[in-house]
Amino acid sequence: MQGSGTLRPIVIPGEAVGGPGLKPGPGTYSEGGHLFAALLGVRDERDGIVSVIPLNGRYIPQRGDAVIGEVTDIGPSHWLVDINSPYPAPLHATESPWRVEFGDTSRYLKVGDVIMCHVLSVDEIKRVQLTMQDREARRLSGGLLMEVSPTKVPRVIGKEGSMVSLIKDLTGCRVYVGQNGRIWLDGDEMAATLAAKAIHLIEDRAQAFGLTEAVRELIERERRQTTGPRAS
Amino acid sequence: MEDVEHIEKGMKLIRADGRRLDGRKPDELRPIRIEAGVLRRADGSSYIEWGGNKVLSAVYGPREAHPRHLQDPARALVQCRYNMAPFSVSDRKRPGPDRRSVEISKVISEAFSAVVFSEQFPRTSVDIFIEVLQADAGTRCAGLTAASVALADAGVPMRDLVTSCASGKIDGVVCVDLNKDEDNFGDADCPMAIVPRTGEVVLLQMDGHLTYDEFQKAMDLSIGATRRIYEMQRDALRRRYSVTLEDILKEPAPAAQREEAEPPLSQDDFGPEGM
Repeated sequence: MQGSGTLRPIVIPGEAVGGPGLKPGPGTYSEGGHLFAALLGVRDERDGIVSVIPLNGRYIPQRGDAVIGEVTDIGPSHWLVDINSPYPAPLHATESPWRVEFGDTSRYLKVGDVIMCHVLSVDEIKRVQLTMQDREARRLSGGLLMEVSPTKVPRVIGKEGSMVSLIKDLTGCRVYVGQNGRIWLDGDEMAATLAAKAIHLIEDRAQAFGLTEAVRELIERERRQTTGPRAS
Repeated sequence: MEDVEHIEKGMKLIRADGRRLDGRKPDELRPIRIEAGVLRRADGSSYIEWGGNKVLSAVYGPREAHPRHLQDPARALVQCRYNMAPFSVSDRKRPGPDRRSVEISKVISEAFSAVVFSEQFPRTSVDIFIEVLQADAGTRCAGLTAASVALADAGVPMRDLVTSCASGKIDGVVCVDLNKDEDNFGDADCPMAIVPRTGEVVLLQMDGHLTYDEFQKAMDLSIGATRRIYEMQRDALRRRYSVTLEDILKEPAPAAQREEAEPPLSQDDFGPEGM
């Protein structure tokens, strides 16, 4: 993880993670005033709230998440989008950036198209609705789409986006990271491959500290290797 | 396969020195080895070797439940499939589900429903697969123990791991973790599964007869054994991620070079530990 200090130990479901006076956060549950881990992960304590950061798991949509989805089905007034979660996510025509006539949906998005969108709402039985009413929401064409484990997305983004902007700056690639673990890379082939390599490194060693430096080193070394022969 | 009809009557399953035929004490387990994260395509997986048992377990989900009419709008389904490979026993087992495996699948899925936070994932299903590659009595306990490690490996939220162990009676002596011969020629077998943190019993079956006192003894033995197995499960899960921890302690360079050597998308089919 970022920062220095010793490695945070891995906790296992059922392990005690805190006593009375602490509040249960995500990945924990309380029983008889004591807190226990509900997930396999890393313990984290912040402002009296204990949480367990998962090491593995599926993406569960939350309102406002930016996600990258693939159109899987078309209805007369909506598209069904696969957002890499257990729940099917419809995108209604009125939530698209275009004025769509009823029954005319396939003119705008076809099955297999990849879109960048947001989660508009999630109700208590996890019915998901998507929206494209946003500046950055659009249909993605070209580029490279890759998938990482959704639990590693915060590592790929980094603190306040530090990791993504590092990759963007060093490779000159456009990078979109969806909360569902899908990442879209756009740039020349060399840059996109390099960025993909860097993201694989992050996913592999998500629990490491000094990760930003390792990524910087990887990209810079790779770039020297590839640009070196060309210059001579 | 031994000819059951011609086994002489007072066959001894307990030796004169009080040990069992394989040299174990009545409260001694067979050797157990658990490995987590052995399958790349599954969300979570594990492999267990428990005496002569070899069991592989895989977990998928939470994922969209099919068929749709089975979906529960309030919680996730916990589904389990226990299956024995045709080559897992000495006579070829006819492949496919039978009465026995359907029953075992049912009791195992119910045991896990008790610990999984299923209300966090309405309308989905968590699918547990248990494949018995080699059987030597106690496969449901081995399968359940492995599946619980696989569930944790998949990142499914749950109250605690589930640990399972059988105990029974052979030659009138209550013993823990019966092997094939003890199961076939013994007097009773009583598999159970508990939630170690609370001591809650989530699976309890019995084949044969035990008196109340013998049952109490069997239960105590099983609970004692599950404590030891629980530690092995936890150890397997810790080891699964300690590979990453070792990488961290190394210089960044070797790990990065390994990254260059293999194309980023092709990963070998075994987990970090291999098998």
